[in-house]
Formats: sequence, structure tokens, C-alpha cells
Amino acid sequence: MISLDMAGLYAAMPMWVVLSSLLAGLVILTLGEPWHRTRVFINIAAALVKILLVGIMLWGVAQGQIFFFEWQLMPGISFVLHADALSMMLSSLSAILWLLTTIYAIAYLEDSPNRARFFGFFSLCVAATMGVAVAGNLFTFFIFYEMLTLATWPLVVHRGTREALRSGGLYLGFTLGGGALFLIGVVMVQWLAGTTDFQAGGFLTALELSPGLLTGLFLLLFAGTAVKAAVVPFHPWLPRAMVAPAPVSALLHAVAVVKAGAFGIVRIVYDVFGLELTAILGMNHFLAIMASITIIYGSVLALRQQDIKRRLAYSTVSQVSYITLGVGIGGPLATIGGLVHLVHQGLMKITLFFCAGNLAETHGIKTVDQMAGAGRRMPWTMMAFTVAALGMIGIPPVAGFVSKWYLGLGSIDSGQYWVIAVLVASTLLNAAYFLPVLKRAWFDAPPTKVSHQGVEDASPGLLWPALITAALSLGAGLLASMPFSPLQWARFIIERFYG
Amino acid sequence: MTVMLYATTAATLFALGLYAVLVRTGLIHRLLAANVMATAVFLFLILVSAENPEGVDAIPQAMVLTGIVIAVSLTAFALALLRYLQAADDEEDQTGSQDGRQNGPD
Amino acid sequence: MGLTELSILLPVLMVFGPLLLALLVFLAQWQRSADWLGMGLGLILLALLTPFSGAVLLEGPLEMQLGGHDRGLAIPFYVDGLTLAMLWLNTLLFLFIQVYAGAWLQLKQPAPAAEFRPLFLLLWSGLNALFLSGDLFNLYVTLEITTLAAVPLVILSHGHAAMAAAMRYLLFALVGSIIFLLGVALVYAQAGLLSLPLLQEQAEPHPALTVALLAMTAGVAMKAALFPVHAWLPEAHASAPSPASALLSALVAKAAAYLILRLWMGPLEAQWTPAMAQLMGALGAAGIIYASIQALRQTRLKRVIAYSTVAQLGYLLLLIPMASVLAWNGVIYHALTHGLAKAALFLAAGNLIMVLRDDSLRNLAGCDRVLSKNILVIGLAGVAIAGLPPTGGFIAKWWLISAALESGQWWWAVVIGLGGLLAAAYIFRILSYAFFSPDPHQETPIHQAQGQLTRALVWPPVILAFLAIALGMAGGLLAPFLEIAAPVTGAQA
Repeated sequence: MISLDMAGLYAAMPMWVVLSSLLAGLVILTLGEPWHRTRVFINIAAALVKILLVGIMLWGVAQGQIFFFEWQLMPGISFVLHADALSMMLSSLSAILWLLTTIYAIAYLEDSPNRARFFGFFSLCVAATMGVAVAGNLFTFFIFYEMLTLATWPLVVHRGTREALRSGGLYLGFTLGGGALFLIGVVMVQWLAGTTDFQAGGFLTALELSPGLLTGLFLLLFAGTAVKAAVVPFHPWLPRAMVAPAPVSALLHAVAVVKAGAFGIVRIVYDVFGLELTAILGMNHFLAIMASITIIYGSVLALRQQDIKRRLAYSTVSQVSYITLGVGIGGPLATIGGLVHLVHQGLMKITLFFCAGNLAETHGIKTVDQMAGAGRRMPWTMMAFTVAALGMIGIPPVAGFVSKWYLGLGSIDSGQYWVIAVLVASTLLNAAYFLPVLKRAWFDAPPTKVSHQGVEDASPGLLWPALITAALSLGAGLLASMPFSPLQWARFIIERFYG
Repeated sequence: MTVMLYATTAATLFALGLYAVLVRTGLIHRLLAANVMATAVFLFLILVSAENPEGVDAIPQAMVLTGIVIAVSLTAFALALLRYLQAADDEEDQTGSQDGRQNGPD
Repeated sequence: MGLTELSILLPVLMVFGPLLLALLVFLAQWQRSADWLGMGLGLILLALLTPFSGAVLLEGPLEMQLGGHDRGLAIPFYVDGLTLAMLWLNTLLFLFIQVYAGAWLQLKQPAPAAEFRPLFLLLWSGLNALFLSGDLFNLYVTLEITTLAAVPLVILSHGHAAMAAAMRYLLFALVGSIIFLLGVALVYAQAGLLSLPLLQEQAEPHPALTVALLAMTAGVAMKAALFPVHAWLPEAHASAPSPASALLSALVAKAAAYLILRLWMGPLEAQWTPAMAQLMGALGAAGIIYASIQALRQTRLKRVIAYSTVAQLGYLLLLIPMASVLAWNGVIYHALTHGLAKAALFLAAGNLIMVLRDDSLRNLAGCDRVLSKNILVIGLAGVAIAGLPPTGGFIAKWWLISAALESGQWWWAVVIGLGGLLAAAYIFRILSYAFFSPDPHQETPIHQAQGQLTRALVWPPVILAFLAIALGMAGGLLAPFLEIAAPVTGAQA
């Protein structure tokens, strides 16, 4: 089961990647509150180690090396970690964003109470996301998927206010409820197929089960993942979870929770059911329609929010469904668009949340109205915000454009022209809720009652992560044709599915 | 005939005891009723012992003896507990105070 | 030492070791030295259990006659996978609770030390004897020994509430034991024997035996506090001293439920019909749902945990309608995880009460900051009880849901899913109270009081909670042990 030679240790890389943040989290929790410097050191060191390990693994996967770890949890059922091209997409994204978010969070939570708890669960949350990324079967995926729920709850309720606790309760209700359905689905898969190991092209096709049963199974698994991916009508927890501190919202919206859901949908369609079977069951249309409804509905609601973080939250509801949409349309081009958006949306949305945190932290700006003149007072933060917002709308050369372009091409390719309408409508709505914000920030004068009119941007620890992610969003669009860019990696993945 | 008599008596006693345990509210009553049930079971065991075709069977008798010991000790313990409870009740009536366990603001 | 000697020595030591120690402690009035002896005994038993389990795995279920009489008359021991699991649980829990109780008795004023220790040791002996017993009458006797040790433990809190609760417990236990004895008498009258392995071999289906099974089940159910005869448990377990609550919830109630499974699976399996099995499962399911909802409505920490016990015991009954290897493994795993996690919960609750002087949930506000290890224990053990991954509870839930689907009885899967969600709800409700901090910088009385918790109080629940989680990784290793002589049909898991 476990070989202790060097090759075995190297092949078990996915395990080390998960452990790097899992152990960091456990140590931080055990150390307790007073150990501030040690905690910062462990955090940064673990994040750097993780980036290094993920980098090695990324290179290895590109070379076609096999990374695999297995541990028998029950007779016939194993805990399996592996790294395929798809895993690397989510794990690279979360490794990089973990480091940046950690730096941001250290600056953001300076001198606030309960930091040991915060950073401990923060690391556990990343460990669970990593686990979701490198899970080798549906069973292992579920283990990390639920761990993610549990590790996130203390972060959502971190402030300990009544509102935070109520939102935390709502979050748990949705996610654990979805998890229970998902679990029954996973047991059914194991029982029907005798395995839950992910296989490119799926493994349920050969079983010749009745379509009714398969559709039921698909819906069970979809319900479980759709909750975290915030697909309408399973989305209400996401805007409410905004009570969490800004770094948590950033992580939740960019990599951890919503991406785990979207990633799960991709895995279920490609590696459990397979494209063919999904199409035979008509579930691809179902996914595309659910995603389209979510995209439009989320955008419309975002338009109506005055609170910046809430507007961003509804924007997430809308944007994450691009991934599902890409999967639902099917065909290589649309799938590339959906998969690449997994990374692009993460980079752009985390930038936006970092900036929202900076605005609130530095000048107490929390609503769209208060943003008047913010560009003059916090030029760097607003620059990052602008890049990311334009990217969300889909303006070239920012990364978001690439995703939308491929989604559009894909829908034409597969003859589903109605998707173009959804994309256009969504783009218009995105513009409608982001452009006024930008206009207000750059072109309106600051309110007169603000005494200090000069430049006063956020502290370096808050500013740099935002600038870096903004630069990455720009880079992912500009350098999309370079090797190891998200787009090229998505193409690499697609070769596996479409040959 | 005697078998039927014994068996019916045992069954009746058991039923009576069970009925009283379920219906009565006083602790002493319930305790006594439980003992009536126990006696019914012992009677039944003695009957089993006597009806053995190969002569009197010692095993059920051993069971009865052990059962009596257990029933007596449980009953004795229950009676002692009952007295404590009674005393605590009386004390509470006199002083009107809370019991030993502290109850904070709820 | 050969395996034959070991297989005689260990059971004898498990029963008579604690019993002799109890007598010594009671007569000589030893206090702290008794703790050291007890811990030493626990460690020795733990060390011997490992080769013993290996021997049973290799050689099959162990049957042994004590006292040199033949099979009908002697005091027989019977060890299969279920017994092994319960012996391990017993030994581990008594060891850790011994450590905790020693420290607890030193801090508690007034300490019921002179009474606690002999009862604790007597209970240990009684439970070991109960799990090892291989015939009905010995099971009756050992069941009474555990009752006689368990009820006095409740009254050691010296409160009126504790006395009243103990009285209720005692009454239920007394009536239950008489009904159980009636069942035993009926079995003997009909079959002429009491040994469980012999009954399994020889007993033909007969209405009298069915009545006997139902009588024994009803009697034991009163002691196991299975729904609907659970009314005594919440107050008794909540008002007992915390180390005693841990024993009562994790072991004593479970020992009675264990007995039900013993009787239905194997010795008397020819005596029941599928409809009766469904009814037993339905009672279990009703208990899961009802007691979980009750747990959600409690305002005191220990009462939440106590209601949770009633709910979790319900899962054990689900084995009866499903009766497969998967369900067997799942139920034993559930019992193991629940035992470890529930003990951890009660010990952590004991620590909180020690500091806060009270266990009302509202008092928990903000104590996450100063009593973080205890809150962490509640979180970890709670997650295990809710059956979420990566804990032993999850493995148990997986097996049980698989068993439900395999046997085509999908409704149990729904019950298990719902029960897990409700358990998560009442656990996270406790945590919400603890995380609530109206003013994060405010100093509360707990800040001064926290210092008094010694390591011997803090670490046993932490270790038990981690063991409950660690079980989640050991399903593959332990399954072969659980399946030793599993009295169920169907494919191996």
C-alpha cells in the first residue's frame, strides 16, 4: 500500500501537498493564541513549501508522470489521491492564492483576537481544497468536500456576532444538507459500479443501468455539488456568508468553497458519468440551463446591491456558473472556456475582495455610494479593482475575456446559439453593475465631509496581494498563449477528454 | 392440574405487578409491585425445576437464589435512596433553598 | 506465554483484576495509590489485548468454560469480533477516564472519592464480565452488577436532581431486570439450556422462545434507554458527576444495547420474523429522530449530550432489520466511535462545568478563547458523532448506508442521513454558543478560573476525541477483526 522508497515518496506527492497545510493548521491550532511570530512563520513557510511541491507536481504531470497514493479505509474502498491535469488546475490556483491570502490576512487581522483559531482553520480549509483537487475517486472527494465545510464554518462565524452565527448556521444547513444527498449518491455509485475511481470518460456507461436510476443518481450528486457552487436555488448561503472577514470571503469566493463545488460538477460529468452518458441522459442541457439561470439571476441581484461585498457575492454566484455552463454546452472549445474560468474567475474575484477589504479597512468604505473619489484616495487599490472588474465584464486583454471568448466559440461550435444571448446579457449586466462603481470611484469627487483628501492607500501587506493578483489576471489574458498559462493548461486537459 | 395452578398464579402475579408498576405513581408502590413481579418469575422458575422429567432440576433453583439476592439488594438500595430523597424533600420544604447543585442564570 | 494460557489469563484478569482492586480500595480506603494501580491494570490489559485479538483472529471465536464443569453448567466465556471491539473500548475508556477521574476528584469539593473509586472499579469488572459472558444467566447477573455500580455513581453529585434521577433509573433498571429474568426463565423452560453458542446450534423456532426474546429485549431496552423507554436517561446522565456520565453514556447504556444485538443476532435468530425486525429498526429510527430533536431543544450542555446518547443508541438497532456483514461492521464501528466520542464530550463538559460552575449553554459565550481545547474536543467528537468524514462515525455511516442499499431497505439510508444532519445541528448549536462573543475584548470570570484545569483533565478528552477521528482511517485494518464469527449472512464487506 505505501512504499517507503524515494520513488514511492515522490509518487505520493499529492499526500504531501495536502499534509503541508493540514499539519500547519493542526500545529497552529495546538500552539494557541500567544505564539504570534511562530504562527506567522509556520504559515508562510508552509505556503511556500506547498507552492514548491505543487510546482514540482505541475512539472511532473506535464511530463506525464504518475502521482498516486492509496490507503485502504474499508475493505474494497480506498482513500485515493492522484494528480491529473485537472487536479493541477485547482491545486496550482489554491497554492498561489493561499500564500497571497495568508499575507493579506496577517495584515488584515493585525491585533485582533482569535487569530490562532482563524489561521488554524484557514490552513485546514486550504488542505481540504487541495484534497478536493487531488482526490482520486468520488469517495475521497467527498471526504475532503465535507472537511472543507467543517473547516470553513469557524471562519464564517469568526466575528462571533449574532449575524455571523446565523449566517454560519445557514451555511451549514445548505452545505451539510447537500453533503448528505451527495453521500447517498456516492454510496450508490460504489454499490452499483463497485468502484468510485475517477476515469477519463466515466465508468458508469458500461453498467447499462436504467436511465431513470442514472438520472436520479446524477441529480443527487449534482445537488451536493451545486450547493457549494451556489447554483440557483442553492445560493442563499453565499451572500449571507459575507459577514466573514475579507480574507475569508476572498478565499471562499475565489478558490475554496465555490470552486470545490464547480470542480465537483466537472469531475462528475467527465470522470464519473462521462460526456456521452451525460448527453444521453440529457443532463448536459439541464446543466447549461441551470447555469444560465444562475448567471442571469445572480447578475440581476448583484445590480440591486448597494453593499460592495454583497454585490461581489452575487457576482460570484453568477460567474462561477460559467464553469458549469462550459461543461453543459460540451465540446472542446466551451469546455476550455469553462475550465479556464475556474482559474480566471479565482484570480479576478480574489482581487476584487482584497480591494473591497482594503476600502473597508482603510477608509471604512462599504457601500457603492461611499466609493465616490476612492480612486483619488486609494489609487493603487482602485487600479487593481478596475483591472479585475473589467476582466469580470470580459474586456480584453484581461483574463475574463479569454473565458467568455471560448465559451462563445464553443456555443457556436455546438450550435447552441441561445447561449450567446446569455453571454451577451450577462456581459451587459456585469457592465451595469461594475462600470458605475468605477465611474464613481475615478470621476466623482470624494464627499466633502472627508477631512483628509490626499492619497492614503492601504498598508503594504494589504495592497501587494491585490496588486499581484490583478497583475496575474492581466497576465493570464495577455500571455494566454504561453506554455503553463491557464488557457494552455485547459487545452492540455481537454486533450484527455476529446483526444 | 397443579402445574396449571402454579403457572396461572405466576402469570397473574406478574401481570398484577406490571400493571401496578405502570399505573401507580408512588415510589414505594412501584417498588413493591416490582417485587411482586420478581416473585412471579421465581415461582415460574420453581415450576420449571419441579417439572423436569429427570427429577428436580438444580439449575433453576440456583437461578432463583441468585435472583432473590439481586432483587433484595436492588430493593434495599432503592429503599435507602428513597429515604434520602424523602429527607432532601423535607429539608427543601423547610428552608425553601435550592439543592446542592448550583443553578446559574439560565 | 502460549496463546492458550493467554486466552484464559486475559478474560480472568479482565473480570477479577478490577474486582479485587475494588475490594482492596474499599476495605483499605486507598485513594491516589488506587488510581496508579488502576492505570497499571489498564495498561496491562491493553498490552495483553493486542496478542489476544491476534489469537482470536487466527483461531476463530473463543469459547471457554470456567469452573471446570461441562458445557451446560459452567461459567462460559465467548469471544467474537463484537466482544473484542467492546473489550477494547472498555479498556481504553476506563484507562483514560481513570486518569481524568483521579484529577477530577482532587479538584472537586466535596469530593466523593471514597465512594467513587470502588464503584468505578466494580463497574469496570462488571462490564468486562458482561461482554465476555456466553450464557444467558451470567448475562443477567453481570447486567445487575453493572446496574448496582452505575446507579450509585449517579447520586455522587449529591443534588436533589441527581437523587431523583437515580431513583428513576433504579426503578427502570429493577423492572427491566425482572422482565429480562422472565425471558431467561422461558428460554430455560423451553430449550433446557442457556449457553449462547448451544442455543444457536440447537434452538428450534418456537413461540415460547419468541416470547422469551421479546421479554428479554423489553427488559434490556429499559436499561439501554432505547426509545420509547428512554425517559430516565437524560436526567440521570446529565446530573451524574462528569466522569461517571462518560462511563454511563459511553459504556453502560451501550452494554445493554449490546445485549440486544447479541440475542437477536445468533442465539435466537430463528425466533423472529422480518416484520419484528422492521419494528425494532423502526424503534431505533424513531429514537434517532426524536432524541436528536430533543437534544436540539435543551438549554444545558450535559442534557444535549445525554439526549444525543439516546439518539445514537438507536443506530445499533438498525442492524436487526438489515442483518448483513456491512451492517454488522457498521454498527460495531458506530458503537466504538460513539463510545470514544461520547466519553470525550462528557469529560470536556466536565471541564467546562469545573470552570464555569454551570453547564447552561448561554454561559459558554466567549469561552472558546480561554477553554479552546475543550471546545475543540466538542467540535471533533461532535463531528465524529454526526458521522462526518474523516471520522470513525463516517466509516460507520458509510457501512450502514451501504447495507441499507444492499438489502433494498433504502428507508434506513434516509434515517441515517437525517440523523447525521440533526446530530450536526445539535453539535454546531453548542459550538455557536461557544463562539458567540458580543464583545471580544471583554474579560470574563473564566479568564481567572481557567488555570485550575490540570493536564490530567484537559488531555484525556483530547486524546479520546482524536482516537474517534483516527478510527476513520482504520476501517480497513479493523474490519477483519470485526468480522470474526459475525453471525450474519451475506457477502463479506
